[in-house]
Amino acid sequence: MALDKRIAVVFLVIALIYGYTAYTYPLLPFELYMVFLPNTMPMALSSLGILFSLIIILTPEKPADGGGEAPGASAIPRLHGAKAAQALGLIAAMVVYALALRPVGFLAATMLFLMGTGWILGERKPLIMILSAVLGAGIIWYLVQEALGIYLRPLPWFMS
Amino acid sequence: MLEGVMLGLETALTLQNLALVVAGCLIGTIIGMLPGLGPMAIIAIMIPIAISIGDPSSALILLAGVYYGAIFGGSTSSILINAPGVAGTVATAFDGYPMARQGKAGKALTIAAISSFSGGTIGVILLMGFAPALSSVALLFHSAEYFAMMVVGLSAIAAFAGSGKVVKALMMTVVGLMLATVGESALFNAPRFTMGLQDLQSGFSFVTLAMALFALPEALYLVLNPARGAAMGAGAAIKNLRVTRDELKKIAPVICRQSIQGFLIGVMPGAGATIASFLGYAVERNIAKGADQEEFGKGSIKGLAAPETANNAACTGSFVPLLTLGIPGSGTTAILLGALLSLNVNPGPRLMIDNPQVFWSVIISMYIGNVVLLILNLPLIPYIAKLLTIPRNYLIPFILFFTMIGAYIGQNNATELLILVGLGVCATILRFADYPLPPLLIGFILGGMMEDNFARAVNLTDGVSFMYERPMTLALLVFGLLLILLPAYRRRRARAS
Repeated sequence: MALDKRIAVVFLVIALIYGYTAYTYPLLPFELYMVFLPNTMPMALSSLGILFSLIIILTPEKPADGGGEAPGASAIPRLHGAKAAQALGLIAAMVVYALALRPVGFLAATMLFLMGTGWILGERKPLIMILSAVLGAGIIWYLVQEALGIYLRPLPWFMS
Repeated sequence: MLEGVMLGLETALTLQNLALVVAGCLIGTIIGMLPGLGPMAIIAIMIPIAISIGDPSSALILLAGVYYGAIFGGSTSSILINAPGVAGTVATAFDGYPMARQGKAGKALTIAAISSFSGGTIGVILLMGFAPALSSVALLFHSAEYFAMMVVGLSAIAAFAGSGKVVKALMMTVVGLMLATVGESALFNAPRFTMGLQDLQSGFSFVTLAMALFALPEALYLVLNPARGAAMGAGAAIKNLRVTRDELKKIAPVICRQSIQGFLIGVMPGAGATIASFLGYAVERNIAKGADQEEFGKGSIKGLAAPETANNAACTGSFVPLLTLGIPGSGTTAILLGALLSLNVNPGPRLMIDNPQVFWSVIISMYIGNVVLLILNLPLIPYIAKLLTIPRNYLIPFILFFTMIGAYIGQNNATELLILVGLGVCATILRFADYPLPPLLIGFILGGMMEDNFARAVNLTDGVSFMYERPMTLALLVFGLLLILLPAYRRRRARAS
């Protein structure tokens, strides 16, 4: 089964769960007399979701008719092992950054993130990496916290 | 009117006020480039500084500069790194980013600057001439018409329903509409579909979703497919800075149409720049013929000029209800209303009579903000575009960092970052399967407003009779359906012939 059809199966399941949740939504007593209820649109959306996903699943696959890609969509890259590993490494780095941002503090977490992701991508010039990470993290922290007044804890939890 | 213009010019063209507008434009442009900090947030941050100036006219001149600067800054991040930080610049990324990918970042930024300037200029002229008359028309718009206008806005998805992708585009729109129902809405008292998670109580954040759908998959794609970003580097972005006479001729009618259309949409309280930009994009795509139409979404200059012009004209239009009725038509004008009240200025029908100096200096300062922005930014464009020549091993980490920090500062919540990564991975997989992602974001942006207005209209009329009983609603719905169905009909006819 092609990837788009497998995704359509996932959408079908999501639409069914969404529809069930909408159908069993607990209405407040006064809402029972309203024409448009909090679950009216969700139930309609669920029906449309089921319909469209079934159309995608059941439509036989046909070769592209030369119409090219839709605007905004993009050509699918051929996956190479090394590149896929790099992409997975970046995703892992983002998860670690999300988890570390508060306890480690903005400055250290951001510097490590910028240097780490650069290293994952194959950069091996430590001096430039450190310099760009320190400058990037420092400038953004100063701009956001000091100039705009949006609090970003700069240092680790044990230092602030 | 001439007297008023002279009065406004006299106030705005002092050395202090010119310095303020230049400073405002620069601050707005720089901060506006950070995803997550749109004009609304930046103006809110600048209000204490503006109030400390004391003089209402000078304060408003500074805020006008910040406003226009922030809009341009937002377009810059949309074009350069596919990271629309505010809903109004999502449509800018549809064609602006493909142009940057083709090595035409400089040209894209120049077209964006010219379109924004023209949209703002024509908007200010319309504001001066028709503000009082249009304010009464705006009051004729009720929930039913707003709902119909959202349907017209949704028709922008047709641009992404390429050959064999109509159902996929519709599916993505439905998913976007579903995501919009998560959390508490303005109309209903209890949260929906939060799965008991406190973090979803107020729904998905626009910035998180926009970054997850646009910027993050793009950064991952640049890793997976290095050839994709090849044209961006090596000075290509700067070589193509100049806009030719033919290109100007091509975008001139688009700018004229979208200035008027965008302004009129901006006048309606609550409609604003987002709908204006989507609608502008959809209308221009339908008007375009043959190869021009096929180019939309792949780097079309018309596709870039349309939302940029409409967006800016709508921003100017949103000042009509604010200045003439005291009604803030958008989040940004609501904050500006707060600033005006803090400065002891009461916008409303009597503003023009009681405080003509403030009324005209706001209008003139908006125009001066526009002019200064163009003068400042055109020479800066080569340097801004040069950002793309940074080696990819440094550029990609910074794109990821800006994406994440944009989502983080909006909510100040680390869970938001995990949602961002999760949605970003899903979005990347969807792109592998050739599902167009812009319809999802369009559905999400318009979904909440659409449901609220539909529910109000249904509850008011006890049914859906408003759809055919109100002529303006009916006309807008028919127009929206035509915009959605026309491209499919044209394609079918072209295939048959």
